[in-house]
Amino acid sequence: MRNPRKTIINILVHAFLAVLAFIWLLPIFWIILTSFRKEKGSYVNSFFPKSYTFDNYIKLFTNRNVLNFPQMFANTLIIAVCTCLISTFFVLSVSYCMSRLRFRFRKTYMNMAMILTLFPGFMSMIAVYYILKAIGLSEGSMIRVALILIYSAGSGLGFYIAKGFFDTIPKSIDEAAIIDGATRWQIFTKVTMPLSKPIIIYTVLTSFIGPWVDFIFAKVICRANSKYFTVAIGLWNMLQKEYIHDWYTCFAAGAVCVSIPIAVLFIFMQRYYVEGMAGAVKG
Amino acid sequence: MKNKKIKADNTVLAALAGGDIYTRLSTVIMGLGCAMHKQIVKGILIFFVEIAYIFFMITKGISCLAELPGLGEAEQGKVWNEAKQIYEYTQGDNSLLILLYGVAVLFVTFLFIVFWAIQLRESYYLQRRIEQGHPVNNFREDIRSLANQNLHISLMALPLTGIMAFTVVPLIFMISMAFTEYSKENNHLALFDWVGMVNFGRVLNLAGNIGRQFWGVLTWTLIWAVFATLLNYIMGMILAMIINRKDTKWKGFWRFCFVLSIAVPQFVSLMIMHIMLQPQGAINVILKNLGLIDSSLPFMTNVMWARVTIIIINLWVGIPYTMLQVTGILQNIPVELYEAAKIDGAGPVTIFAKITLPYMLFVTTPYLITSFTGNINNFNVIYLLSGGGPTMVGDTAGKTDLLVTWLYKLTVDQQYYNIGAVIGIFTFIVLSIVALATYRNSGSYKNEEEFM
Repeated sequence: MRNPRKTIINILVHAFLAVLAFIWLLPIFWIILTSFRKEKGSYVNSFFPKSYTFDNYIKLFTNRNVLNFPQMFANTLIIAVCTCLISTFFVLSVSYCMSRLRFRFRKTYMNMAMILTLFPGFMSMIAVYYILKAIGLSEGSMIRVALILIYSAGSGLGFYIAKGFFDTIPKSIDEAAIIDGATRWQIFTKVTMPLSKPIIIYTVLTSFIGPWVDFIFAKVICRANSKYFTVAIGLWNMLQKEYIHDWYTCFAAGAVCVSIPIAVLFIFMQRYYVEGMAGAVKG
Repeated sequence: MKNKKIKADNTVLAALAGGDIYTRLSTVIMGLGCAMHKQIVKGILIFFVEIAYIFFMITKGISCLAELPGLGEAEQGKVWNEAKQIYEYTQGDNSLLILLYGVAVLFVTFLFIVFWAIQLRESYYLQRRIEQGHPVNNFREDIRSLANQNLHISLMALPLTGIMAFTVVPLIFMISMAFTEYSKENNHLALFDWVGMVNFGRVLNLAGNIGRQFWGVLTWTLIWAVFATLLNYIMGMILAMIINRKDTKWKGFWRFCFVLSIAVPQFVSLMIMHIMLQPQGAINVILKNLGLIDSSLPFMTNVMWARVTIIIINLWVGIPYTMLQVTGILQNIPVELYEAAKIDGAGPVTIFAKITLPYMLFVTTPYLITSFTGNINNFNVIYLLSGGGPTMVGDTAGKTDLLVTWLYKLTVDQQYYNIGAVIGIFTFIVLSIVALATYRNSGSYKNEEEFM
């Protein structure tokens, strides 16, 4: 027997969810519309564009004189790939040590990491800039190296999630391997790593996404060197007073171009995060 | 078993008290102890480190340290060159570089002292192994142990170097700036001195300009963090519960809609929001077209409006995150609890307040702490959305600035580095208090064994 009160509640709930989903997706929908808008400028009189065009995308990728978007894209890609390799190695090594190995320095390191993460991230930014300058990494193509170092050097502090995952792998597996004569390095590479697929993928994706979405560090390090801009600074620049009129719709196109791959990766990452949280051995 | 005992009471003091002549001598000639206890190659390598350090200190280090207390005196001068008929600029001292090199040398010295202690202990350890008739590793075995018993050394070396060079040293450098007059004020950008605690006094002094702004920003930071964290948490949980309801259809689709909004890079979505909230932006246009308002709403120009708007937009950013985190946990709440409550006649509100919320609080305390500290440090939302504005004339801090965004403005835009450093230290203090207090509480939770 159907309960009429229940039906009404169900309809209300679904309507409520629909409204919420609409609100949540509205900005995304709007930016996609804008990226196809023909009228220039950021001030609009109507929500929907008056006429549609594909020119914004074409201009974004062909007009390389003022704001070189393809170059920014390439810069960010290079930086992201290198950062991703280095920090994945760092994070996994440190997490493995913290989870599996016992040594004098371990507790000290964990306390130090906790204290360091309480400082605002870019408080040291200015100091880092001067250090990079002192070792000659602040000019020219070295800016890319500098950014890679900044994004990956501190990654050893973010070991909590991966450590939590390694903790769930039963110790008896390691002990069995030791009895079979494996060294700890072999256990790390041949036993633990193959069991840790979700957390490896999660780490790879987070460190790859990092440089794409970072804004402050890149801005301080690149300053006015437009040749080495990452997409985040490029897009931010398009919204500044001198560019906003001509570049506003291109900004929308650029935002769409950057967001689609990042969104896909993020959704993948999310899945592996949930899997990683569930632990290595399912009970 | 014995090996463990040897390692356990192996301290510097014990080494000095119980060491033989070679162990004691390695306080001066590093590596001697190792070399004399059958580890010749290792001993020589350690000795080379000592030579390198001494060489470094004589050529560079000592002069850097000597300048540290005074931070340089010579101003950049102009000298009239008769022969060439031009002014020539003499190289003045750069206090910043002196400070940087000084901090770096101090840090290297600290590492050297740690190294010294390690080699001393190592020598004592070897000595005692020999005394007790245990075998001693030769150099090749030592190298091999790097992949086995000492794997942590090989794995941690690079990450640790990165952290030291790009996190620890810069932080010490920045903290030391808080005790100087390094600032654009009074033109102390090239040459500056130590001033002790003066900057801290200025920041805390409610009567001064900087102090007044500091307390204002601190209050708003805390209000913001509390609201942003709690509202996101509760609403995200309610959303997750609505989607999780037995009768809700297309669960995956709803979740996907919300996840999509956070999958878009935050700086993109926040900049879009920023544009949409302009006086001529999309939101005002829609409202005007619908005939709901006549003039544009002052989203980012009125203090109260700006603060409320930012908290609301942060809900847009934060609720999906909470929803994601919470969904799995919600499904784990024992069904019997709900059934028992229903039999006792509890309504949905009572069930939420008496069962769901306490259970969730119990499980998600760590998540709450991280999101609270994350909100105190939430640079992106504020900087990209309002830029800290609206800003009163003569102030450096806007009315929606958090400590972090103010720190950014003070250092990058205004170049008041010393005040910026003090703000950074205070942010750290606030965060540590919050973290300590909550960790304590979650500890007391743990003592209750388990929920229920």
